[in-house]
Amino acid sequence: MYPANTTYHRAGSVAEAVQLLADNEGAKVLAGGHSLIPAMKLRLAAPQALVDIGHIAALRGISLEGGSLVIGALTNFATIASSELVQANAPVLAEATGVVGDPAVRNRGTIGGNVSHGDPASDPPTALTALGATYNVSGPGGERSIAASDFPTGLLENALQDNEILTGVSVPALAPGSGSAYVKFPHPASRYAVVGVAAIVASQGGSCSSASVVIGGVETTPTRASSVEAALVGSDLGNDALDAAAAAVAGDFTGDPMSDIFASDEYRRAMAAVYLRRALGIAASRAG
Amino acid sequence: MKLKVPVEITINGKSCSGEVEPRQLLVHFIRENAGLTGTKVGCDTSQCGTCTVVLDGSTAKACTVLTVQASGSSVTTIEGFADGANLHPLQEAFWNNHALQCGFCTPGMIIAADAILRNNPSPTREEIRQGLEGNICRCTGYQNIVRAVEQAAETMGGG
Amino acid sequence: MTTRVFSSGIRRREDPRLITGRASYTDDIKLPGMVYAAILRSMYAHANIRSIDTSAAAGQPGVIAVYTGADTEGALNGLPCAWLIPNSDLKTPAHPAIAKDRVRYVGDAVAVVVAETRYQAEDALEHIVVEYEPLDAVLNPKDAAQDGAPQLHDDAPNNVAFTWAVAGGDADAAFADADVTVSDVITLPRLIANPMEPRSAIAQWVGATGELTLWNTSQNPHIARFLTCVVTGVPEHKIRVIAPEVGGGFGSKIPYYPDEAITAFCSMRLGVPVKWTETRSENYLATTQGRDHIEEVEMAATSDGKITGLRTTVYAGLGAYLSTAAPGVPTILHGLMYSGAYDIPNISGTIYGVFNNGTPVDAYRGAGRPEATTLIERLVDVLAAELGMDPVEVRRKNLIPKFENGHDVVTGLTYDSGDYGATLDTVLDAAGYSALREEQEQARGEGRLMGVGVSTYVEICGLGPSQVAGAVGFQGGLWESAIVRFHPTGKVNVMVGSSPHGQGEETTFAQIVAEEVGVGVDDVEIIHGDTDLTPMGWGTYGSRTTAVSGAAVTLATRKIKDKSKALAAHLLEAATEDIEYEDGRFFVRGSPDQHKTIQDIALMANVAWDMPEGMEPGLEASAFYDPPNFTYPFGAHLAVVEVDPATGQIDLQRYIAVDDCGVQINPMIVEGQVHGGVAQGVGPVLWEGVVYDESGQPLTGTMLDYALPRADGLPDIEVQSNTTPSPHHPLGVKGVGEAGTIASTPTVYNAVMDALRPLGITRIDMPLTPEKVWRAMQDARNGG
Repeated sequence: MYPANTTYHRAGSVAEAVQLLADNEGAKVLAGGHSLIPAMKLRLAAPQALVDIGHIAALRGISLEGGSLVIGALTNFATIASSELVQANAPVLAEATGVVGDPAVRNRGTIGGNVSHGDPASDPPTALTALGATYNVSGPGGERSIAASDFPTGLLENALQDNEILTGVSVPALAPGSGSAYVKFPHPASRYAVVGVAAIVASQGGSCSSASVVIGGVETTPTRASSVEAALVGSDLGNDALDAAAAAVAGDFTGDPMSDIFASDEYRRAMAAVYLRRALGIAASRAG
Repeated sequence: MKLKVPVEITINGKSCSGEVEPRQLLVHFIRENAGLTGTKVGCDTSQCGTCTVVLDGSTAKACTVLTVQASGSSVTTIEGFADGANLHPLQEAFWNNHALQCGFCTPGMIIAADAILRNNPSPTREEIRQGLEGNICRCTGYQNIVRAVEQAAETMGGG
Repeated sequence: MTTRVFSSGIRRREDPRLITGRASYTDDIKLPGMVYAAILRSMYAHANIRSIDTSAAAGQPGVIAVYTGADTEGALNGLPCAWLIPNSDLKTPAHPAIAKDRVRYVGDAVAVVVAETRYQAEDALEHIVVEYEPLDAVLNPKDAAQDGAPQLHDDAPNNVAFTWAVAGGDADAAFADADVTVSDVITLPRLIANPMEPRSAIAQWVGATGELTLWNTSQNPHIARFLTCVVTGVPEHKIRVIAPEVGGGFGSKIPYYPDEAITAFCSMRLGVPVKWTETRSENYLATTQGRDHIEEVEMAATSDGKITGLRTTVYAGLGAYLSTAAPGVPTILHGLMYSGAYDIPNISGTIYGVFNNGTPVDAYRGAGRPEATTLIERLVDVLAAELGMDPVEVRRKNLIPKFENGHDVVTGLTYDSGDYGATLDTVLDAAGYSALREEQEQARGEGRLMGVGVSTYVEICGLGPSQVAGAVGFQGGLWESAIVRFHPTGKVNVMVGSSPHGQGEETTFAQIVAEEVGVGVDDVEIIHGDTDLTPMGWGTYGSRTTAVSGAAVTLATRKIKDKSKALAAHLLEAATEDIEYEDGRFFVRGSPDQHKTIQDIALMANVAWDMPEGMEPGLEASAFYDPPNFTYPFGAHLAVVEVDPATGQIDLQRYIAVDDCGVQINPMIVEGQVHGGVAQGVGPVLWEGVVYDESGQPLTGTMLDYALPRADGLPDIEVQSNTTPSPHHPLGVKGVGEAGTIASTPTVYNAVMDALRPLGITRIDMPLTPEKVWRAMQDARNGG
């Protein structure tokens, strides 16, 4: 409840923020603070300095540029969930951001902070990975993009280099004819996902032309359900096909498992299959 | 090491300034510096919602915001909800419906309920229950709180 | 005309300050010169302390003092246990406020820092170096009582704090002769009370006067004063305990804690006011918890469902030390209730109170009675299944028939009044029971797991006759007192010794006074929670405040009425016996136009210009009410659930509560108590329970892991009530604070087990988290 002391630096621009990170040993980026401050309160994190990027207006907002949604890092979950642009072009992201935490958390928690923190039980990274999003990064070496699927490198570890800041996410708009869904088994206390499934399927002429399925909460990084995707493509997306595809997920869990007193790794895997099947049913019903 | 930072926050329409440590939580600024103790601290993990305030127009858990982050912002606490002697319709509805017992969660609960009604003037019972998912009450079993929000929605013209 | 105020759901008078953020809870209070304490707590469940080095902490910015057990030893007496149950070989090991040589649970206080700010105090805690020698820990109360378990206290072999027995009839013979017997093992998880307000204490010692003022989040400030005297040695008349606004307690603010003693010690050493407020995580370590029972139980019956016997062996976890009321909870408040709403002729129970390396356990809403009701009501369902009978039929067959003035059960209690069949009928009607069973048949045909659970209950409350309190080892009385004081303008102050903290007695007590003498409810102010302003009282817990303290208010007000009659007679030049009272007016029989209002009487009594010979001035009365018996509210609840066969998730779809708490003063408040009580009793069935790892580390250390009922997890609770007045209470009131909690745990547990019955599942330990239910279903499907 009482964080350790630190220094505070409010950045006016991304460039300034990058410089402040470089200038302050042990500094952490502060955006909405909804990942960092809870850790600081329990003294699980005690950064020597805070670089507050929360007032950089350029990092806020949602636009559609060249077939992709561009969402500034500071955009909060409530804004994304209620955005018509997002609902039209990446509805699975609207669904996922709409079930993070609780309403007050969704008002303050930012997409950039969430993705950078990379909690495997958090909802947005699962949806962003399924959507094939890329994360836009600025650092001392300039700007670069990292694919969402390449971003996490382990539990709460990511591909950001020293003094790099995630400035936004780019999300390719869903192709016409696609259907998607995000379904979640929330932890009754923390409201994080015990299992969260993002499923996107596209249908052409009664046959599944593409599928993207990602599962959060089961492993230390989001799990791409490749076997499920393979089983879906070419199928008729009927109940039998979805049953068979969901059953294939067992082979997709090859990473480090998550487990706690509420849900063991075995249970999480079993629930992934159940929730996956539900997600596929909804996504398929929305496709075509 | 710069230990204290000047801040200025408008709380319930009144400017409050001070020098605070960067680590200070907004809820402590509101309670200790501004002396407004209606905003409570009920947990340390952002679950309970007793510290809920309106920050720049939308609800925030004031235990999960640093004072320095909020400098320049505008905050409304429960003390700013009544219009002088006239209670806010939600306050009135909480009173009418016995939507509080010990009262500790009530300020945060009223502010969370207000956010529900601002986004959705005619919520269903289910939507009210979901809208209150970030606020814990141990006394009421939530039922009369839900009733109060329904009644306030009617009073406020939704319903 | 006499019931305008009574039985009326008027809005609560405490609410305006609460809904506007103007109420003052302990942590809201800031005294000039106040400094802040933070307590270092053991990270080990069981360890010897080799050394503590506080020198670095003492040098941190803002730090005023650092104290350890070496400092408090001799200055603070050990924490006393105040419920010394007899005939149980009770052991009362020393409980120092700050552990000096050994810690026995994660959360045991090790040192305290006092600093200029709370942040600084927290910083300094990180600089205290404690060298521990870890010891083996034990948490499961049955394991703790076995030979070879790690020993917590030298003077409690096998960690057994007491062995207490209850017996009536001849249970062994009943089992030997039974047509059928059933058995079960029921665990009630360790629960965290979770009042939304964390505990807090402010101590202000004024050396020049020798006076100690303690603001404290207490349910019972007079007991807190008594025990502060015992622990600090400050004489009782020099201690003032103030429980300001208190944000819920549910039992966890009954005990006297090390923390307030430490805070007082710091103020006495430093001569400045000191505040200590726990964080929620600290609450999860250091605030007393509830339940933690392992119950091995069996029931004997005839082949047509008549219960003939009940036997229990219960291991009740007590945590590392005996908390203030701990021994009474699993014994007097539990074992004596084994007959429930039924005539069970033969009962025997043995309860082992067992120390373990957990947070101390004490009363938590329902305190002993949910544990008793769950075991009885679960066994009734198990028996019904064994006999192939509808569980409702088994209940009907065994319910105690309606009685109005006393019914003895074999555990030695005399229930006051009851109509148990009526509440059962009401709940079945309200639920549409037979239609529900048909719906269930259909659901089962579709592979859906729908369950219906029913429970009856009787609870013992209105604690209680002080003579009985003494006989069962409670180290205090259980009466209450009130002073009713009329001011010259006819306004009234009522001072009570009880200390409501959310239950609304500022309203119900005003309703009592208004009802008795005809003043307006808003003309009555209830003063409570300050030992300097209120007469002695034993506090608010055990559903006793309206029942006991309310009776004292009633009796004091009736004395006012008697004096008013005499004064009215004098002023109206009539004989007292000719004075009648109606609606706040005193008049000579037959001449209602010639009257004196209660306000007229109050003015005259206060100015005393024209008093009858020998009558004292003033209009003030006090009463002490020591109940002649306990009260026994009762009821029947029903729940409908559906279990997701794929995930094990439980959907609580309907909940219907029918309670009979005697006469209701404010039905709106009664209903609110039921709602909240039901939610708290559902908690341990679906979500709540403390989990420790093998070394005694709590794994449910924050609200991120310990799941509480939330708004979106509960259905609307359908509430109805019957009214069977208590024959011995001046108002017929029985009490309602715990009813919901007592009934809802077995009701919902039975409902879930009913849902799972087609799979052959008969028991799962609470809480019924999805994975546990899923595993049970997996095992059942795999033929396990």
